[in-house]
Amino acid sequence: MCLKKYVNVTARFDENGNITPLAVIWDNDVKFEIERVLDINPAVSLKAGGAGIRYTCRICGHEKYLFLEENRWFVELKEKQYIAY
Amino acid sequence: MERVILHSDCNSFYASVECLHRPDLRDKPVAVGGDVEARHGIILTKNQIAKKFNVKTGEAIWQAKQKCPELVIVPPDFPLYMRFSKMAHKVYLNYTDKVEPFGLDECWLDISSNAHNLKEGFEFAKKISRQIKCELGITVSIGVSYNKVFAKLGSDYKKPDAITVIKKDNFKEIVWPLPAGDLLYVGKATARKLSSIGIHTIGELANTPTNILNSLLGKWGGLLHCFANGLDTTPVCQYDNQPTVKSIGNSTTAPRDLENEEDVKIILFVLADSVARRLREQGLKAKTVCISVRDNQLYSFTRQRTLNRYTNITSEIERAGMELFRKYYNWNKSIRSIGISVTDFVSDTISVQTDLFSNELKREKKEKLDRSVDNLKNRFGSYCVQPAILLADRELSGFDPKKEHTIHPEGYF
Repeated sequence: MCLKKYVNVTARFDENGNITPLAVIWDNDVKFEIERVLDINPAVSLKAGGAGIRYTCRICGHEKYLFLEENRWFVELKEKQYIAY
Repeated sequence: MERVILHSDCNSFYASVECLHRPDLRDKPVAVGGDVEARHGIILTKNQIAKKFNVKTGEAIWQAKQKCPELVIVPPDFPLYMRFSKMAHKVYLNYTDKVEPFGLDECWLDISSNAHNLKEGFEFAKKISRQIKCELGITVSIGVSYNKVFAKLGSDYKKPDAITVIKKDNFKEIVWPLPAGDLLYVGKATARKLSSIGIHTIGELANTPTNILNSLLGKWGGLLHCFANGLDTTPVCQYDNQPTVKSIGNSTTAPRDLENEEDVKIILFVLADSVARRLREQGLKAKTVCISVRDNQLYSFTRQRTLNRYTNITSEIERAGMELFRKYYNWNKSIRSIGISVTDFVSDTISVQTDLFSNELKREKKEKLDRSVDNLKNRFGSYCVQPAILLADRELSGFDPKKEHTIHPEGYF
């Protein structure tokens, strides 16, 4: 069972080299706007199995982790999401 | 003032990184091992569960499987380990710029400027260990001491995920009962020599007069005596002070035993090409060529020779290697692995003394040709241009030592 899902992300690269994710685009082209990035930290995701820069984002009113692993983004799936997926 | 030095060692590094990325493996015995088909089938590291089955690093995969039939073998992913190694260095660099890597998974840190005594050092070690766990998801063992040698012993003393402090007033209880072989730079051969005169522990080594050790081990005797008594004063290098390169080499275990000179030539060419490319990349020329040969009974030897001129030309290095090989190998047995390295460097910008008997123009052309091929290989991959000899046996020539480059701990000095 893999709870790691790589996703498409729209991000802004500013002139100082900062990267801010703006939206996550799911498989079926559903776009989830990121309302706000609350925290940025290097961190591990034991659940998904990966490490990188962790963006704590507010999406649709919920706090979600979005990880930048080198040049790919991933999210942690919930177990029931995994089954549905 | 007493220095505060930490030695941080990532526990079962390769295996931990693999288990992190594959949650389904975490509760199984796992080992990272080479490719059996390509005859690189040894255990590189194993996780804690596999350790309980007495799986050892360096043993053949079939031996390990006999001890632990459920053992999961995963192939190594060196780029991933290097990424994690860099991430760990980044964590260390938060605490000090004196970070000296020793191989991929170990580092010395001198935190004297932040910590005033070993007790504070212990607190820093706890912080570092926690941070590594949060950011990398793996555990480290840390040794805290007033010199590098004891710090390293400390990180080996208790594993995994542990911190050991070795102080001036307790090192005799902790360090001295350990076997002499645990000390940095006491390998199998030295340990055997020491044991031949009745020195089995670090304490016994520390209490043996230096002149006896010197007569047994040469100048290393005094040094080991120093190490054992905690008198080592070697500084921890600045992180950006990468040590200058002293040799460049590549070696490989062939996918099948090499039976004749043609086989050796193919392997040696691939290796020499990688070595020469690395030389050119670093802007160096070398004068001494060294080959190492291991036969299928695992007997190995090395031979070297000095060339007349400094060179970075693939064909010259390959030819020197082949000459050495022809001179010293008698084909009693077939060959399992072979390596070539060059030392004795100068910068490639210095002017050269030409001589009457060599065609300098031709050499210059060769060098230019090599560089053009390098450019092509950098753009289109190592296999885009190859000499015809490598097409003779693709099984043998189909490896890329430059890319799959292996990692060795650097020397201590």
